Amino acid sequence: MDAPVIQVREFRKVYRGFVAVDGISFDVHRGEVFGLLGPNGAGKTTTLESLEGLRRPDGGTLRIAGVDPTRAGRRLSALIGVQLQASALPDSFRVGEAMRFFCAYHGIAPRMDLIDRVGLGDRSAAQYHELSGGQQRRLALALAVAHDPAVLILDEPTSGLDVASRAMLHELIRELQAAGTTVLLATHDMAEASELATRVAILLRGAIAATGTPLELTAAGEGLTRVSVRTERDSLGRPGTVFPFVSRSSRLGDYTVYFSTDVGPTVSAVIAYLAVQSDPLVDLRVERPSLEDRFLEITTEGATR
Amino acid sequence: MRAFALHLGFEFRIGIRNKTLMLMNYLFPLGCYVLFGSLLGQVNPGFLAIIVPAMSVFAIMSGALLGMPDTLVSARNAGIFRSYKINGVPALSLLVIPVLTSMMHALVVALVIAATAPALFGGESPRNWAGFLLVFAAAAFALAGAGALIGVVSANTRMTVLLSQLVFIPSMILGGLMLPVSILPDTLARVSRILPTGYAMDAFAGLAMGQDAVGAWLSLAILLAAGAIAFGLAALLFGWDPKNTTRRAHPAWAVLALIPYAAGLVLYSV
Repeated sequence: MDAPVIQVREFRKVYRGFVAVDGISFDVHRGEVFGLLGPNGAGKTTTLESLEGLRRPDGGTLRIAGVDPTRAGRRLSALIGVQLQASALPDSFRVGEAMRFFCAYHGIAPRMDLIDRVGLGDRSAAQYHELSGGQQRRLALALAVAHDPAVLILDEPTSGLDVASRAMLHELIRELQAAGTTVLLATHDMAEASELATRVAILLRGAIAATGTPLELTAAGEGLTRVSVRTERDSLGRPGTVFPFVSRSSRLGDYTVYFSTDVGPTVSAVIAYLAVQSDPLVDLRVERPSLEDRFLEITTEGATR
Repeated sequence: MRAFALHLGFEFRIGIRNKTLMLMNYLFPLGCYVLFGSLLGQVNPGFLAIIVPAMSVFAIMSGALLGMPDTLVSARNAGIFRSYKINGVPALSLLVIPVLTSMMHALVVALVIAATAPALFGGESPRNWAGFLLVFAAAAFALAGAGALIGVVSANTRMTVLLSQLVFIPSMILGGLMLPVSILPDTLARVSRILPTGYAMDAFAGLAMGQDAVGAWLSLAILLAAGAIAFGLAALLFGWDPKNTTRRAHPAWAVLALIPYAAGLVLYSV
């Protein structure tokens, strides 16, 4: 395998005695989309900002394409493109000016095509403060990829975006990945991580609680399939109804929810039971375990420890 | 170099588009010029002999002390500097460019004042234009350097207002802009020696307005030294990010910017 493009070794960051990140290590290879997941305060943004050279690690080493972010200066800005979680431009900067400004500092011709690509073509004369939050984030993305960076770092990129903008962003990420760009993505959106990430790491209280592909992580959990059933006379709610391979059940509104280790026999038994009870089935849903379920499992376990 | 020139051009335009900067760079100094020219010219005819340098210094102070520091603090605290850093904008550009644009805006206002004061109020024009521009550049450098330093060391905009007013108000009253320093009591005249405006007015008097002024070149040198020290300290203490508390030196080092003025106080007392 190629040498990792992003290398994090025993990285540690402490803020006035509070350990924000506690010795984490991971590698990201060329063309991978690596998702950093975790609840608020888990250390995702601290990790990203240290890789971006905005913060100095208190321990361990960080490398981007062999370059130390704390010492690289302008070499780093040529290597990485960043969409920060909290960033801004001067209020009276126009969209087109912002593109010309940053491209000039990267020493490249302005990429006005990207302004169109992120759907801001008709807003290129608008000042930054006249853009909506979603438009500002799209502009930040266009500026981040303008110089074709080897590594793209995205911190909550779809936060505040509408459905169409989100789809556009996902398409752009896939294109960049196909062209060999390495993407480091911090997100709260599990569907986004499942859809885009080749590998993910779940951060919890500054440590990596789990890492692997979304499928590996999901398979490593309890693996319980959720079977939600609603009937006309609610006969499933009666005490004493037990079905095969159900490890636990609960009520959610009008639905009885079964968590099954083998969904086929469970569903067959439920339908047979309803036939005997002459209780017509109104709705039955089967949901395979998701990354979100696994995430909740891990973070809940971590919180109760 | 192309990026720097483009940045300078954008920043200059922002100084006109941004309402606060427009107010501080143009509307406030020009409004005060009309007001002071009309009122003070009637009450104190001697003011008309210094209206051009006095209101030019006022214009520099308005942009450099009341406009620029607030913009620097707001940009840093809003995350604008972070965006700049990750895109390779050098820290020095973030200080040099506001200083230069502040000087450019003040120069536009000073030229308007110099061109209109004789006709509007019977004010005296500079007799030596090269001297006027030289002293203007030195005074603008000293005050813009101080403004940059205030912007860098202030944690928030409230602190900026406090520090800016600490220089602006005494400079207005004691700095020779409205009243000659020679009519001030000794103690207050000494206080005026720790303010940049007193030196600026001395240098304008001797090198631009053809008036008798002891030590005009010394005043000019003090302004240049003060500007260089303030700017150097601003570069040393500059921070990209309010959350990142790692810094090269304590903000209290900013008081070293007063050294040239303290030296001037001693030299003028001898």
